[in-house]
Amino acid sequence: MSVLIDQNTRLLVQGLTGREGTFHAKQAAAFGTTVVGGVTPGKGGLVHEGWPVFDTVAQAVGETGADASVIFVPPSVAADAILEAADAGLSLVVCITEGIPTIDMLGVVRYLEGRPTRLIGPNCPGIISAGKAKAGIIPGHICQEGRVGIVSKSGTLTYEAIHQLTRLGLGQTTCIGIGGDPLIGTTFVDALRLFADDEATEAVVLIGEIGGAAEEEAAAFIGKAFPKPVVGFIAGQTAPPGRRMGHAGAIVSGGQGTAAEKMAALEAAGVTVVKSPAGIGAAVRSRLRAA
Amino acid sequence: MKIHEYQAKALFARHGLAVPRGEVAFTAAEAREVAERLGGRVVVKAQIHAGGRGKGGGVKVVAGPAEAARVAEALIGSNLVTPQTGPEGRRVSRVLVEEGLDIERELYLGLLIDRAQERPVVMASSAGGMEIEQVAADTPELILRETIDPGLGLAGFQARRLAFGLDLPARLVPPAVRVMQAAYTVFRETDASLVEVNPLVVTAGGDVIALDGKVSLDDNALFRHPELRELRDLAEEDELEIAASKHALNYIRLDGTIGCMVNGAGLAMATMDIIKLSGGEPANFLDVGGGANADQIRNAFRILMSDANVKAVLINIFGGILRCDVLAAGVIAAVQELDVGVPVVIRMEGTNVEAGKRALRESGLNFTTADAMDEAAELVVAAAGRGV
Repeated sequence: MSVLIDQNTRLLVQGLTGREGTFHAKQAAAFGTTVVGGVTPGKGGLVHEGWPVFDTVAQAVGETGADASVIFVPPSVAADAILEAADAGLSLVVCITEGIPTIDMLGVVRYLEGRPTRLIGPNCPGIISAGKAKAGIIPGHICQEGRVGIVSKSGTLTYEAIHQLTRLGLGQTTCIGIGGDPLIGTTFVDALRLFADDEATEAVVLIGEIGGAAEEEAAAFIGKAFPKPVVGFIAGQTAPPGRRMGHAGAIVSGGQGTAAEKMAALEAAGVTVVKSPAGIGAAVRSRLRAA
Repeated sequence: MKIHEYQAKALFARHGLAVPRGEVAFTAAEAREVAERLGGRVVVKAQIHAGGRGKGGGVKVVAGPAEAARVAEALIGSNLVTPQTGPEGRRVSRVLVEEGLDIERELYLGLLIDRAQERPVVMASSAGGMEIEQVAADTPELILRETIDPGLGLAGFQARRLAFGLDLPARLVPPAVRVMQAAYTVFRETDASLVEVNPLVVTAGGDVIALDGKVSLDDNALFRHPELRELRDLAEEDELEIAASKHALNYIRLDGTIGCMVNGAGLAMATMDIIKLSGGEPANFLDVGGGANADQIRNAFRILMSDANVKAVLINIFGGILRCDVLAAGVIAAVQELDVGVPVVIRMEGTNVEAGKRALRESGLNFTTADAMDEAAELVVAAAGRGV
């Protein structure tokens, strides 16, 4: 099994006709994802790489029966693209775009409250269910269908974890890149809830980073109720305070959001926290053996 | 993006938030002229992108123009060390000269995004003039908060609740409400990530005025504020960081000896961490981005090698979109072109990794390759140690 995305997902690509949209739509299709079409305002009626293009998400949903979308549009219009996808009633919206103004995301998160749409990202690598389907840029060939769910604020560090799990023969169920922005859709806790209910997921890897308090919230949730082993890594143990480390949300400010605090909170909740990113896979293996 | 106090105050004034009369001065002569125009007692304030200026001797109250010129002369061109600058301090290139005010009360006002609540919040405190983190740690009950509905803005009743909570007399509540709402307007209109007025003062004459001001702008929103982009002061930034930003590279200079080049911010931070775990010190954070090409690799190498502290380089790339053979070609070209004289350890994994490794081996250049991150870190730490 897997969460959020599988062989039944009907995926729309917002920004299909752009370079990134085209490339990753083809990659997703080659991985086995059912890509049903694209949206580029002003290019409705075109056929691009064999897929129909629509002017609006609502039209695309009406014509194709899409239930999910992945967004590859520039940051100045990305928040609007998320709103349009939510308005059209899609159940899953994955926004890859990096660099959306935080104030734009304020409106987005407020709009999504109480709606059935789940947002992943923005500024994230997307989501992949090994052996089934993907929405985003996580390379499919490093994945292997298996036993471990991953939720992560990072992109390439997620690939690193996937690779380690594949090499150890543990494989993955679903990998969710939630993104490193200050305001995001799906959180660690949301993802953990999904993994808790997924029978195929036997353990979870949680990859956090400095900034904010999402890791502490995840620790509180895990400590209370989470039934599966969790291995954690926090990036930025050596990051200087007051500097944004690449991701808009990755900053230690006023002594808050340090890696040390997050690691301590996770450890207190029973998470196996590895100091070295090279040790993620091995830690999962030993937790699974002990389970 | 950080801006100077005088720039923040200009934004305040534009949106109806009262500030002291004053002007920026780049020379002692200009400071004297400003003081003459203002008349009476003035305050000379060094303009640098760091707090704690008062403690560092960067804020002086003086009697008039002659003394203002003397203080400006001493400050401009000097290195100001404050609790927030680090021991090396920051060079002062300009001062703000302002009218002196008779202050009755010092308050705190701050606006930022609360990430957990996913809303803007306004914080107010009667403990003005102190570091708010310290107040939060010692006397959290002195910090009042209101969560803002982004669709509505800061409602009048919320601002009143804060004003009454600060024990302001009834006659000062309306001006305080106007100040708070103006501060929120600044926050929204400039796409700020932080607006801080510390202190917000009540004068003997009953005015509510922003005596100090700090605004940090959301870099991601600068595309729609060309006028705010102009406020960037390159002199406040590291030269190599400026050069990197021109090439869309995310580079932060650190104190260590091991230069790192990584794709992705999370992996870049993790690479710094594993270097430290292996007994070394990273010289920088450098994220070349997910779609890096051979040009980007060359630019990144040039910046890394401009840091004289670098004794060895670790390249750690997980090739997803970026193919390892393309990366290898870029690294080989850069090392040949730039005459890199320090050991280079390369760890790459992912798409086309075998072709990439073969290209490195066959280049005839002196690369060390590693399969795993921990192995790579140990190799580069050893190499940097030998180089010293």
